[in-house]
Amino acid sequence: MTKDIILAGVGGQGILSIATVIGEAALKEGLHIKQAEVHGMSQRGGDVQSNLRISSEEIASDLIPLGCADLIISLEPMEALRYLPYLSNSGWIVTSTTPFINIPNYPDQEKILAELRSLNNVIMIDVEAIAREAGNARGSNIVLLGACSHLLGIAPVKFEEGIRRIFARKGDDIVEMNIKAFRAGEQAAK
Amino acid sequence: MKNKKLLLGDEAIAVGAVNSGITGVYAYPGTPSTEITEYIQTLPLAREKGIQCRWCTNEKTAMEAALGVSYVGQRALVCMKHVGMNVAADAFVNSAMSGVNGGLIVVTADDPSMHSSQNEQDSRFYGKFAFIPVLEPSNQQEAYDMISYGYTLSEENDIPVLMRVTTRMAHSRAIVEINAEPQPRKPISFPKNPYSWILLPANSRKKYPLLLENYKHLEEIAVASEWNRYIDGKDKSVGIIACGIAYNYLCENIDSSFAHPVLKISQYPLPASLVRKMASECDRILVMEEGQPFVEETVKGVLPATCKITGRLTGDLPRVGELTPDSVRKALGLAPHDTFAVSDNVVARPPALCQGCGHRDMYAALNKALEEYPDHKVFSDIGCYTLGALPPFKAINSTIDMGASITMARGAADGGLYPSVAVIGDSTFTHSGITGLLDAANVNADIVVVISDNLTTGMTGGQDSAGTNKLEAICKAVGVAPDHVRVVIPLAKNMEEIEKVIKEEIAYHGTSVIIPRRECIQTAKRHSKEKQSK
Repeated sequence: MTKDIILAGVGGQGILSIATVIGEAALKEGLHIKQAEVHGMSQRGGDVQSNLRISSEEIASDLIPLGCADLIISLEPMEALRYLPYLSNSGWIVTSTTPFINIPNYPDQEKILAELRSLNNVIMIDVEAIAREAGNARGSNIVLLGACSHLLGIAPVKFEEGIRRIFARKGDDIVEMNIKAFRAGEQAAK
Repeated sequence: MKNKKLLLGDEAIAVGAVNSGITGVYAYPGTPSTEITEYIQTLPLAREKGIQCRWCTNEKTAMEAALGVSYVGQRALVCMKHVGMNVAADAFVNSAMSGVNGGLIVVTADDPSMHSSQNEQDSRFYGKFAFIPVLEPSNQQEAYDMISYGYTLSEENDIPVLMRVTTRMAHSRAIVEINAEPQPRKPISFPKNPYSWILLPANSRKKYPLLLENYKHLEEIAVASEWNRYIDGKDKSVGIIACGIAYNYLCENIDSSFAHPVLKISQYPLPASLVRKMASECDRILVMEEGQPFVEETVKGVLPATCKITGRLTGDLPRVGELTPDSVRKALGLAPHDTFAVSDNVVARPPALCQGCGHRDMYAALNKALEEYPDHKVFSDIGCYTLGALPPFKAINSTIDMGASITMARGAADGGLYPSVAVIGDSTFTHSGITGLLDAANVNADIVVVISDNLTTGMTGGQDSAGTNKLEAICKAVGVAPDHVRVVIPLAKNMEEIEKVIKEEIAYHGTSVIIPRRECIQTAKRHSKEKQSK
């Protein structure tokens, strides 16, 4: 089992917390992991991405080659398209549909959504609305994780266990809020 | 105690150093090296052992403090980004002359592709320049293991050790097996030969030939090192030299059918005899290395050779930027993977100052105040406020290195520029700005220095800033007239007042300092969260 995943978004959106949950679950499963992150200047509202590779075999490169990603998980629709050359022909995109507009020349939103829809394997969801409905407005990233959990090669219940471990020190309420957000995302992707 | 952890390369280095019994880590924040020190600051074991881990004022003070630890027979770690090596260079190069007593490792994190830096300098040159051995791990496990090896190498050979990592090693996580019991701090002991630490010319002249001799010995060690491996192959049409993480990109693209000889290099001085062996057997050598063509140039030389040397200099790999699995694939002559086309609906999203950031208000006021002086120039510095170069502010004319704002403004004023303005952050000011301000004050240079004080080292994620609560006192102490050290609060509602202060100080024909002071909104958010959770 090998999953090459590109996590995308805008600096400050919190893509790394998605990587943390997946990484934690993969570690518990005894899988190999490599996860390249971006720190520094681009975290100030620029485009950010993380290359996450999990595999039952040893992993060589920290970076995913072009045309090899099994999955692009994006908290922002234009950012999902930015990494299209990395997606394999049979790969999936799971993206939030809410644009993050912090530049004056943000492209026509309709064109972005239309291009996404034209691809074969795409799950587009309004993660922010779902997070709000689930009573966890700041849980968009966990909703997105739920929405792609069936594509990660690890049983979704393992991510719930991961969420419980990671958020345990923040108290039961926070754990339950995040489990709810995760399940809402899972449901939305069906 | 075997224990598997998911660690950044930086964190693996941190754990390796703590387990090696260091007395302290000495560092100034700089991407991509920051997380080494930050991780040590969070480790309970480091607290328990009383490991010194407070940020230093700059890389030179860090390097020298570590040298002091070494003098008393204990182990120390120094960390910096590649350009920090330029600041630490005086101490670094001369530490090879003094040698070490306790083990000393300097970690430098290079940033090819300039993700968060102003150049692509390759720190391996510093190692060669100073006759200091270099370790270049190819993965996070090696980074961890090499720290313990490095301390032994340092102590056995009376020499500091340079560990060079690059962005994709520093900022990539992998599972690391922590397999050693933490060692205790060493007791105080003094150098056997105290004269070797007094670099008077008479002593240095004795030491220098020994240093050169030692470097030859270090090359022999590198040839036999477990970190350098010659993997033979039947197909001698080409041999591959893969340095550091380039080895990973090679492995990504090949399988067990790959039949070319490979020399994996992770320890320098360059193991020349292994390179000669490859050259004597192969028609061509392809050198894969992250950063500048350090090995390729050395191997190639200037005279004609029987073996063709290819790599970044011949265009087989890109001359600039970091390596990728794809550029290495191309160099190996393998067909590229099928890909989707680049989307037409994607535009660049450059970084920007955060909404609500005090630097924004500072630049808004500065631009307004300077409107009536079309000939003005603003010399800026390294930090978040460098983003003032981009729209909507377009407020600065230069950014060169840490500290070059005040000094350049002074020089430009000497040449007749008016108004000549410097913009520098609080952390950069204490890192490398104070001496420049002293120069300016000594000639009462006609400049306005804006120290945009957000009470932190912002760009690298909000580390403590060495001069917090001391800036006015420092400025006055170096000789700026007390009336011309002004503090304002950069908020939209104070715009008129700030503009007025700037105009007054431009009108004053001497050295003046304006300190717009408001906490970084990122650290302010963090602090209010911490308060809430208490």
